[in-house]
Amino acid sequence: MSESEILYSLRHVTKAYDRRTVVNIPALDIQRGEILALVGPSGAGKSTLLRLLNFLEPPTSGQIALDDFTLSGTPPPLDITRRVTTVFQRPILLNRSVMENVAYGLHLRGQRRVQSVVMAELARVGLSALAHAHARSLSGGEQQRVALARALAIRPTVLLLDEPTANLDPGNVALIEDIIRGVNREQGVTIVLVTHNVFQARRLAHRTAVMLDGNIIEIGDTDTLFTTPTDPRTGAFLRGEMVY
Amino acid sequence: MRDIINGFIQAIELIFRADPTLYQIVVRSLALSGVSLFISALIGIPLGAWIGFKKFAGRGLVTVILYTGMGLPPVVVGLIVYLMLSRTGPFGNLGWLFTLKAMIVAQVIISFPLVAGFTMAAVMGLDPQLSQQIRALGATPWQTALTMLREARTGVIVSVVAGFGAIISEVGSVMMVGGNIAGRTRVLTTAIVLETQKGNFDLAMALGIILLGLTFIANTLILWMQEGRFVRK
Repeated sequence: MSESEILYSLRHVTKAYDRRTVVNIPALDIQRGEILALVGPSGAGKSTLLRLLNFLEPPTSGQIALDDFTLSGTPPPLDITRRVTTVFQRPILLNRSVMENVAYGLHLRGQRRVQSVVMAELARVGLSALAHAHARSLSGGEQQRVALARALAIRPTVLLLDEPTANLDPGNVALIEDIIRGVNREQGVTIVLVTHNVFQARRLAHRTAVMLDGNIIEIGDTDTLFTTPTDPRTGAFLRGEMVY
Repeated sequence: MRDIINGFIQAIELIFRADPTLYQIVVRSLALSGVSLFISALIGIPLGAWIGFKKFAGRGLVTVILYTGMGLPPVVVGLIVYLMLSRTGPFGNLGWLFTLKAMIVAQVIISFPLVAGFTMAAVMGLDPQLSQQIRALGATPWQTALTMLREARTGVIVSVVAGFGAIISEVGSVMMVGGNIAGRTRVLTTAIVLETQKGNFDLAMALGIILLGLTFIANTLILWMQEGRFVRK
């Protein structure tokens, strides 16, 4: 992996709450334009790692670098944090219309003429007809698509997805997976996807990392990892066995 | 019952007669409550939001103090403000006793804990992940706070309604620190007390009906705000 291909670089990153370490990553590089899936059982530290990557929380120790910026102590500048955004498992929409929700991130950036961008993103997620509806009147799947449109409207360099299709019906899952593939392929958006669904990781991700107890126990090309895992715990997890 | 009916009739007469003394009292009451509420909101909304947002040591104690403040007896507030502003009190040199300024101080002390307490409860009732989602979309700390407040707007407006309700109808403290001086510190509530003591029940009832009417109009306006006629949803 050449230097210019590396977007994120994590070195000796730990995160602890009340002296309990939930993330411990000696080294992790995330390539520009890749889809990296983080899989692992609940409590493995996947969502915490996403929060660290979005600079929502500082690491307890270690360094996180995004391009030229290295986080070490002081909070990151706005132009860095605004390059990254997250779509959470449960869509958290504002008590406003669908349009206003999608425009929200753009308004935060001082943009006022956002109609065309908002409508384009709504068209992408198939919700143009519901632009004026109240966001909270939508179904769960529609709300998640609004959350995705809102994240994409700000043209992020990095899109972090925390179980974005959990609890959704197969139709919405397929639609959201298509959108994820599309923005990655067409716009080169780097995507880090947390999922419990190993099949989804296999469908979408270029590389997959398996997390257990805050550690990345194995990372590699998705196809290779699924066919010939080197760590026995990875093999067990991918077969659906209980892993501790 | 006759006093109530006569009060209604007299209230209508008073309103249409455009009695200058009555109008002066009404305007003074509204101005006093308006200014007090404005100051209370200016202190109470940010304070309540801050306590609601921030997790800090002693937040439980601060919350209990605030809740206690929400139930402050107005006469006790009046007494304390009176002692503070009396000539021998620590702020006696201001010369505010028996002026509208003293009445504003008392009303702010009564209403700001209500505004802060209800705002805090409204903010604490928001989705715990909301702040994280807002920040993940690139909001600065200020933008996060403003968005959170806007999301909690129903509760924030309730806090203002509660604050307004507490002071527009309040008589104990304004009587003590204002003195009910005709043409200077007499407001609707103190005028009602005075007319009742004089045995003018019709007039007292009429003033009461006007006070109720004003409160109804003020709350209707606030409700319109809550429903988004003034504030965009």
